[in-house]
Amino acid sequence: MIIEIAHFCLILAFFVAVFASVLPLWGSFYKNNALIRMARPAALIQFGLVFISFIGLVHAFVVDDFTVAYVANHSYSKLPLGFKMSAVWGAHEGSMLLWIVILTGWSAAVALFSRQLPEKAVARVLAVMAIISVGFLSFSLFTSNPFERLLPYFPVDGRDLNPLLQDFGFIIHPPFLYMGYVGFSVAFAFAIAALIGGELDSAWARWSRPWTLAAWVFLTIGIALGSWWAYYELGWGGWWFWDPVENASFMPWLTGTALIHTLAASEKRGVFKSWTVFLALLTFSLSLLGTFIVRSGVITSVHSFAQDPVRGLYILIFLGIVVVSALTLFVFRGSAVKSTGRYQLISKETFLLFNNLLLVFALLVVLFGTLYPLIMEAFDRSISVGSPYFNKVFPIFVFPLLLLLGIGHWLHWKKHPVDKLLKTARNILLIALSVLIIVSYWLYSFADTITWIGMFISAWIISSLLYDIAEKTKHGTSRIAALKKLKASFWGMQFAHSGIAVMLVGILLVSSNSSEKLIQFAPGETYQFDEYSIKFNGLKQVEGPNYTATRGVFLVLENDNAFTLLSEKRKYTASGQIMTEAGIDAGFTRDVYISLGEPLNDRSWSVRIYIKSFVRWIWLGAILMAIGGLLSVTDKRYRLKLKSKEVNNAV
Amino acid sequence: MKPQRKKRLFAILATLAGVSIAVALVLVALSENINLFYKPSDVEAGKAPQNKTIKVGGLVVPGTVKRGENLLQVSFTIRDNQSDLEVRFDDVLPDLFKEGQGIVATGKLTEQGHFQASSVLAKHDENYMPPEVARALKESGHPVKDIN
Repeated sequence: MIIEIAHFCLILAFFVAVFASVLPLWGSFYKNNALIRMARPAALIQFGLVFISFIGLVHAFVVDDFTVAYVANHSYSKLPLGFKMSAVWGAHEGSMLLWIVILTGWSAAVALFSRQLPEKAVARVLAVMAIISVGFLSFSLFTSNPFERLLPYFPVDGRDLNPLLQDFGFIIHPPFLYMGYVGFSVAFAFAIAALIGGELDSAWARWSRPWTLAAWVFLTIGIALGSWWAYYELGWGGWWFWDPVENASFMPWLTGTALIHTLAASEKRGVFKSWTVFLALLTFSLSLLGTFIVRSGVITSVHSFAQDPVRGLYILIFLGIVVVSALTLFVFRGSAVKSTGRYQLISKETFLLFNNLLLVFALLVVLFGTLYPLIMEAFDRSISVGSPYFNKVFPIFVFPLLLLLGIGHWLHWKKHPVDKLLKTARNILLIALSVLIIVSYWLYSFADTITWIGMFISAWIISSLLYDIAEKTKHGTSRIAALKKLKASFWGMQFAHSGIAVMLVGILLVSSNSSEKLIQFAPGETYQFDEYSIKFNGLKQVEGPNYTATRGVFLVLENDNAFTLLSEKRKYTASGQIMTEAGIDAGFTRDVYISLGEPLNDRSWSVRIYIKSFVRWIWLGAILMAIGGLLSVTDKRYRLKLKSKEVNNAV
Repeated sequence: MKPQRKKRLFAILATLAGVSIAVALVLVALSENINLFYKPSDVEAGKAPQNKTIKVGGLVVPGTVKRGENLLQVSFTIRDNQSDLEVRFDDVLPDLFKEGQGIVATGKLTEQGHFQASSVLAKHDENYMPPEVARALKESGHPVKDIN
């Protein structure tokens, strides 16, 4: 019964979305205030209905209702409760429902937290979001209904959730990723609403900035969680594969990053406005493209689940409609947008422009590499693009980007005197070089040129950030007092950029400084690996809630420090699937990672040992970036009531 | 020319130069790093190049998974219903590797005629078959179930 109610709520939500996408828009054109005022409650009702529907599906999982096809295929009576709940988004139908919950959730948030905005603008933004939600609700209802029953012949028990997904990282990774992906729909809707209104000014950029930043924070965390999950769960210590599905989430991140920078320029200086609008449209279009890549099953990937061409076609058509109509609107109305600010060649504006250009180039690199196999597939040729392509080409655009980052953030708007720039840059360069020499002398000598270059860039960014703080606190009564005066958005900038530098160190050192070895290992034996002495203490049979496992016990001696690592080979009861669970000792400068391979004869196993240098810094960097984004969102500026003049201009 | 126009012209030229260098780089790198897919019958017909990174795929023939003298080296045969191809791999096979199942291997064809794999992909869904394998099997007349 609950499942039917849930299904019914989803259908109702669809009709509400249809009305919400037409009426407020209509009202905004024909000055009908009653229709305009419908937008907010409609968004809240939509969210309420979809949320009830989602809870209905969660309930079916919790009570093991195997009459529901989706539950029967992706759950199991002995699955631990937490995993039963996350199994809701463990496959296609449920994760589309999660997508819709989040989309309507963002709409509801816009409805609630936009009191200071003019009604007409809010009505248009919410109507655009309702149009997107119509697209996804109909997709879910017509092609991917999670509420189908298996009556009267239903199975006594489920087929279990994919063991790879029975994991904490997976419980939280998709919600964060979707929050980011879908969150860019708000920036998209703001851009469309502004184009419809025909006028864009700095108020528009100020409204969409906190929303875009919030979405970016979620996406950053989501991608990092995915990378962390792949690292410990796939059993071979890789943290990024340039897999099409990863690229799908990375592409909107690249343009989203460009967008949060150019929004700042549009808001503060009134420049690059039409470019900013274009980026907002592009970013959400890439989110939709990502959905298409993941959902259509057109690409061989570790995570693409749906292999249904109808679904792929549906999303492709929806993507086409959204992109074509958004671009058409942009072509006809975007020209009305005039950038007002003027700036010199040496200024923050120019550097932000470079930032955007390089980020878009980086995006094109990823886009080409991801779509090329798809295009060739249409000509009946099976090819794949290897990760060397990405590893070779991506740094060509990202290294200059990061070098310029070390200058751009402390430049003045409009005009920066060249002699001052050179002087500051020279000081930062000296600091960066000394840091680099000290680090390389005492800690590591780096393996190759690219590591040297990258480590220099990282030192350069960190030095420029610290130098900036020192400069900004030079005047005033005391340094402490001056530090306290710095704004949240300044600290946001500092944290996010230091995150980039920290992540870069992680990426470089884990690639160049790690070691790994595959060995034949029997219980009782000891293996000396670099400064680690690893003893195989034997195998144990372990019973898990829904699996049985062979557990290898390893005693690792690192200098004077001894610790035990457990790594398992699990066999899941319901599906019979085999899964490797690596034993990892996480550390600030290195991870020790042991994973059990296969039994080779009656005594020995193949065992893989990795020492992953500085791998944690990759995710630490992402955390710093997310903190930076959060700090920027909390900047007081966004909460001030806008001056009425700006408000009137914008709509 | 007015200084304003000159500046704009310079900006446009710089952007164009940047874009063309970028596109050239991308295309060169792309053409060097594309891995083509071959069926075992393509390999037998001599269509696949040696010592170049390619992909092969097919069904793992039951009973052919063997270990070498060095126990870490494993070999197995894949088949597309017309031809067989021996694949050697010096690493841990993926958890989902099973005899009779479709796999895709990346690696190089050696002069001795076997395929030295650097990675072997088996999907995390048991009922899944890599699309390349499915198509290769269809083309060589093997009945394929569960595809779309």
